[in-house]
Amino acid sequence: MGLQFKTETFRDDFTFSNSPEAIHRFPFPFDSDSYMYSVNIEQHMPGPPKSHVEFPIDIDEHYVAEMQDRAMVLKEDPLRCQALPHMLTAEWDLVELLMESMSKHYPEHFSLTKDGDRWHWVNRPLGIDQRFTFGDTATLPYPPMEYVTRQCQGDFALIDQRNDMLFMDAGMITTQADWSLDFDIGMSWTEWHGPVPLAHDLGIMDRALKFLLNLQQGRPVRRLNWTMTVNPRLDTSPENYHKWGVDRTTVTPENVGDKVHLRVELQALWRLPRSNAIVFSIRCYLIKMSELVTIPKWGRRFPRILKGLPPELAEYKGLTRYRDMTIKYLEQFDDGAPTSPGFFPD
Amino acid sequence: MSGGVEITVRVAEIEQATASVKRFRLASASGEPLPVFSAGSHVVVSMDDGGHRIRNPYSLIDRAPDGLSYRIGVLRTPNSRGGSIFMHERVSVGSELVITMPVNLFPLIRTGRKHVLVAGGIGVTPIYAMADELRSQNAPYEVHYAMRDEANGAFAAELVERHGDKVRLYRDDAREIIRVEEMLPNQPLGTHLYVCGPEGMINAILAGGRAAGWPVENLHSERFLAPPGGAPFSVALAKAGITAEVGPHQSLLEAIEEAGVDAPYLCRGGACGQCVTTVLSFEGELIHNDHYLTDEEKASGTKIMTCVSRLNGRELVLDL
Ligand SMILES: Cc1cc2nc3c(=O)[nH]c(=O)nc-3n(C[C@H](O)[C@H](O)[C@H](O)COP(=O)(O)OP(=O)(O)OC[C@H]3O[C@@H](n4cnc5c(N)ncnc54)[C@H](O)[C@@H]3O)c2cc1C
Ligand code: HEM
Ligand code: FES
Repeated sequence: MGLQFKTETFRDDFTFSNSPEAIHRFPFPFDSDSYMYSVNIEQHMPGPPKSHVEFPIDIDEHYVAEMQDRAMVLKEDPLRCQALPHMLTAEWDLVELLMESMSKHYPEHFSLTKDGDRWHWVNRPLGIDQRFTFGDTATLPYPPMEYVTRQCQGDFALIDQRNDMLFMDAGMITTQADWSLDFDIGMSWTEWHGPVPLAHDLGIMDRALKFLLNLQQGRPVRRLNWTMTVNPRLDTSPENYHKWGVDRTTVTPENVGDKVHLRVELQALWRLPRSNAIVFSIRCYLIKMSELVTIPKWGRRFPRILKGLPPELAEYKGLTRYRDMTIKYLEQFDDGAPTSPGFFPD
Repeated sequence: MSGGVEITVRVAEIEQATASVKRFRLASASGEPLPVFSAGSHVVVSMDDGGHRIRNPYSLIDRAPDGLSYRIGVLRTPNSRGGSIFMHERVSVGSELVITMPVNLFPLIRTGRKHVLVAGGIGVTPIYAMADELRSQNAPYEVHYAMRDEANGAFAAELVERHGDKVRLYRDDAREIIRVEEMLPNQPLGTHLYVCGPEGMINAILAGGRAAGWPVENLHSERFLAPPGGAPFSVALAKAGITAEVGPHQSLLEAIEEAGVDAPYLCRGGACGQCVTTVLSFEGELIHNDHYLTDEEKASGTKIMTCVSRLNGRELVLDL
C-alpha cells in the first residue's frame, strides 16, 4: 500500500499536522526521564516495520508538502544549496544512494532503471520522469546534489575528509534549526560545532570526530538530536530569523498545545563509495504538544525532561521563553507514574 | 564477524605480473556488482587455511567496467606466516575467498592543485588506482615508480600505456633512484604527494619532502604493515560464570556475545562509551584501542571498552 501524501503548509497558515500513524512512528528521542548530550551514535540498521528507521531513507506522509516548501525556500534564497567544486564526485554518490534507496523501498512511488550509465528515474508523487547519464552533470536540469535533494525529505551535508579532519564542503540546507550553510560552508568539524555548549568540555565532540573519521562504507550510523519550534515551521534559519524569532512571543496557555512543537532530527551518516566523503542527513520530524500527549508515556516523560534540562542547553536551543508554559501544559498529562525504559510507546 | 558486510568472491583469473607478484581478478560470486570504491582503498581478504583463518588487507587496483570484479596484486613475502604464500600457492582459478567492503586509509586530497604519486615495488597497487582516478578527473598529476628490474614490469608497462609521459620509471638494477630533492622543489603550491612502498623508501621520501619545506599536511603515505594483530586470550565473565576464548581476529565484545551474554554496545568503534566494563582482574597487559577512556582510566586497569580493546596475556576477568 502506498503512502497518502497530505496537502499542508509549514508557513503562513501552518496547516501541518500528523496522522495517528505518524504520531505513533514519531522518533521520540528520550529513552529515560533526563537528557544530556552524549555520543549517541548507533549503527543505522533497519528497525521495526512502519517505524521511522524501517528503511535507510524515510519517506512519509509529509513528503510532497515538504518538497514544495523546499522549492519555495530555494526560490527566495538560492544560497541554501551550495557545493564547492571538489565535491562533484560526492554529489553523484549521493544521487546513487538516494535514488537506489527510495526506489528499492518505495517502489510504488519511485523507480530507477539503469542501462550502464544511462539512468531513468521516475518520481510519481512529484510527477518527474528523467533520463540522464550518471556522471554527466549536463544531462540533469540541476547540479546532481541539488537535483536529488529537491526530491528527498531531509537536509543533507556533504563532508570531505582531509588529514584526519572533516569539512562541510557542500549541502542542501532548508529545514535547519538555526544554523546557516552559507556561514558554515568550508568550515571544519571543530569550527562549525563552535557554538555548541558543554559538549566540547565533556570530550563528546572529540570522540564523535574520531569515530566518524573511521566510518566505513556499508556501515552507516545514526543519532537523534532535538530542539523545539514554535509553529510547524521547517525553515528556522538565521537568514529568516526576522520571520520566526517573534513566534516565540506568541505562545499563550491557550495555544501552547497546538503551537509548540518538539523538533527531532534523525541524523544518519554514510561513507560514500567514489569520493570517500561522508553524507550527513538531517531528517526533521515535528510534533505538536497536543499530539505528543496522545502517547501517555511521552506525555509523562517530556515535562520531566524539560524541567531537568541544563540551563545552557535550554538557552542554546532557544526555548527559555516558553519552557515554563509548556511544562505547565504537559504536567496535566503527567500523573507521576514511573515510565518504562526505552524510546517506544508502551 | 567484525560486524561489517562480507562479500564472497571467486577467483576468475590469475596472472604472474612480475617474478614475485601475482594479480588476481576477484569476481562477485552472487553476480551482483561489487561496491564502487575510491582510489587508495583496500579490502581485507580472508583465507581459509584448513580451518585456520588468515586475514590480510590488499589494495584494490581497479574494478572492471561492468562492476563484477576487482583486481588485487599480491607480493610473495619471504618469511610469511601464511597469507601471501597461501595466495600464491593455494589459490587457483575458481577458488572462493571472502572480502570486506572497501576501506580507504590512503585517500586522494580532492582540494589538491596537483598530485605527485610515488610507488616502490608492490606499493604500486593503490598508486595505480589513484592515477586512473586523477586521469578521469582531468586533474594534474605525475607518477614515479621504482622497481627492482625490468622483470618487475607488468605494472610499469600498463602505467606507461595509460598515463604516457606523466610516468617516470626507475630501475634499481640500473641504479636509478628517485631523487626527492629534484622532484619536489618545482611543484606548484598546493601540490600533494602520496607514497607507498618499502619502509625505507617511504621514510626517505617523507624526510625529503619536509626538508624541501613541504607542509606535513601535503605529504601522505601508506605502509603495508600488518595491523597490530591481537593475540588470543581467555575472558572469564564473573556474574555469568562463563569462560570464553577470544580469537586473534575477534573482538572481546564478539566473544562475549558468542558466549551467549548480552553485553551493552552502541557504536562498536570505541567512541560512544556504552560498552565500558569493569575489569576485576587480569594477567598480562590491557591494550586500550578506544577513544573513550581517559589516560588515567586506561592506566588504572579497572575499565575496558569491549568493542575495540583486548588483553595481551592469559586471562581477563570481567564484571559481567
Ligand atoms: C592497507 C594495506 C594494504 C596492503 N596492500 C597490499 C597489496 O596491495 N599487495 C601486497 O602484496 N600486500 C599488501 N599489503 C600487505 C599484506 O596485507 C600482507 O601483510 C602481506 O601480503 C604479507 O602477508 P603474509 O601473511 O604473507 O605475511 P606475514 O606473516 O603477515 O608477514 C609480513 C611481514 O612480516 C614479517 N614477519 C612475519 N612474522 C613475523 C613475526 N612473528 N614478527 C615480526 N615480523 C614478522 C615477514 O618477514 C614479512 O615481511 C597491504 C597491507 C596494508 C596494511
Ligand atoms: C559530520 C556530520 C555533522 C554535521 C555536518 C554536524 C553539524 C552540526 C551543526 C551545523 C550544528 C549546529 C551548530 C550551531 O549552533 O551553529 C550541530 C550541533 C550539534 N552537533 Fe553536530 N554535526 C555532525 C555530526 C555530529 C555528531 C556525530 C555528533 C555526536 C555527538 C554531533 C553533536 C552535536 C551536538 C550535541 C550539537 C548541539 C545540538 C543541539 O543541542 O541542538 N554532531 N551539528
Ligand atoms: S560500543 Fe561504543 S565504545 Fe564500545
